[in-house]
Amino acid sequence: MKSPEFDYVKVRTLEQAIALLHANGDEARILAGGQSLLAALNMRLSEPSLLIDIGGLSVLRAIAVHGAFLRIGALATHTDIENSSLVAQHAPLLSLAVGRIAHRAIRNAGTFGGSIANADPAAEWPCCLLALDGWVLVRGPAGERRIAAADFFTGLYTTALADDEILLACDLPLAQRDDWFGFDELARRSGDYAICGLAVALRFSGSVVQSAHLSWLGLASTPLRSRRTEALLAGQPLDAATLQGVTDALLAELDPIADLTHTGATKRHLATVLARRLLEQALATRQGLQPGMH
Amino acid sequence: MADQQTIHLHVNGQAHTGNVAPRTHLIDWIREDLGLKGSHLGCEHGVCGACTVMVDGRIVRGCLTLAVQTDGCEVLTVEGLGALEPARALQQAFVRHNALQCGFCTAGMLMAALELVQNKPYATRAEVREWMSGNYCRCTGYHAIVDAVCEVLAQQMPEPAKGAA
Repeated sequence: MKSPEFDYVKVRTLEQAIALLHANGDEARILAGGQSLLAALNMRLSEPSLLIDIGGLSVLRAIAVHGAFLRIGALATHTDIENSSLVAQHAPLLSLAVGRIAHRAIRNAGTFGGSIANADPAAEWPCCLLALDGWVLVRGPAGERRIAAADFFTGLYTTALADDEILLACDLPLAQRDDWFGFDELARRSGDYAICGLAVALRFSGSVVQSAHLSWLGLASTPLRSRRTEALLAGQPLDAATLQGVTDALLAELDPIADLTHTGATKRHLATVLARRLLEQALATRQGLQPGMH
Repeated sequence: MADQQTIHLHVNGQAHTGNVAPRTHLIDWIREDLGLKGSHLGCEHGVCGACTVMVDGRIVRGCLTLAVQTDGCEVLTVEGLGALEPARALQQAFVRHNALQCGFCTAGMLMAALELVQNKPYATRAEVREWMSGNYCRCTGYHAIVDAVCEVLAQQMPEPAKGAA
């Protein structure tokens, strides 16, 4: 289908974009890469009267280290992230996940900030941001503020962004030497939205898991952390008994929403499959690093 | 009624000026206003890949790109491929391998394959399959398409690296 009619302004400054947002309220939508927005318009799921194209604000495309964080500009494309050696070094979780986002033509246009602001519960970047306890930098008429990932995703396609605020960038804590990251998802076809996906961030102290973050996509109306299972993992060695404990804990903790083709029970089972796969990978990697460990 | 906007861009090396409604997709402008009907329109929501074209050297979905967004850009469509050496090699390999039957997906397949052979000269067969997975073909079963792309990659390989792969 063709999208409904709308007006279009390509802004030259951030201030112009914020002023237009402020003046037009929820009648206006920000156009970044457009890979979700334009599809939604084509299917007439959304009918904004104004698109504010921020694609020319190249200042929002940078990827750089700022203190203890890697700052990913809102307009960095998925391909930019795929190609970034800074991301591979400081936020390797993103490098592991990026190839699972749709297909190359979509990754060339779609942006990191667009994915975060769109807050699709089946999308990879919100899940990764939550796994890393990252921060979202936003600016509105009243100035800038930082929102923790855990407070940002408030519901289905709903975030803590006000109608007249723009997402500028996200800050991700720099990966440390004893961190381990993994990402996996199960999809019916390559590039489709996944049935269920998992981002894992582990910090080790020797052979013991010091802290564990398990962040899920596709299970709820927002990306989701399984914090009770994380607490059970913390302080444990990563061994067969712990892996079984994680499986049991996830079966008790997760209560996934069914979709058109998968029941909640199926998704709960698939979640345990992903957790086991990734934690076994982590175990194998750590054993490789520490030959004496069993 | 939304105001029309004027855009200036190059398509296949030729300068064009257009007056477009903001909602006009790049692919519709190329097909309807320029009359370049080699690029096809399939699903119209970014899934099938039939409308894949290049903008500033990178493949995009022509149905998820507004014509107004490409003001000032260089657009390449299947009609412009004959002038590019790696693209000609792909076209010939597609013919040799019977990598098309009805041809509806072919323009998009060639655009996707072109960015691959330009950017990932050492791509493995598995990487070719993954890369091309964003373009649907309902006739060939894909193997012939992957064969054709892999053949062009092998042709392009610098001599010392051949055999090592």
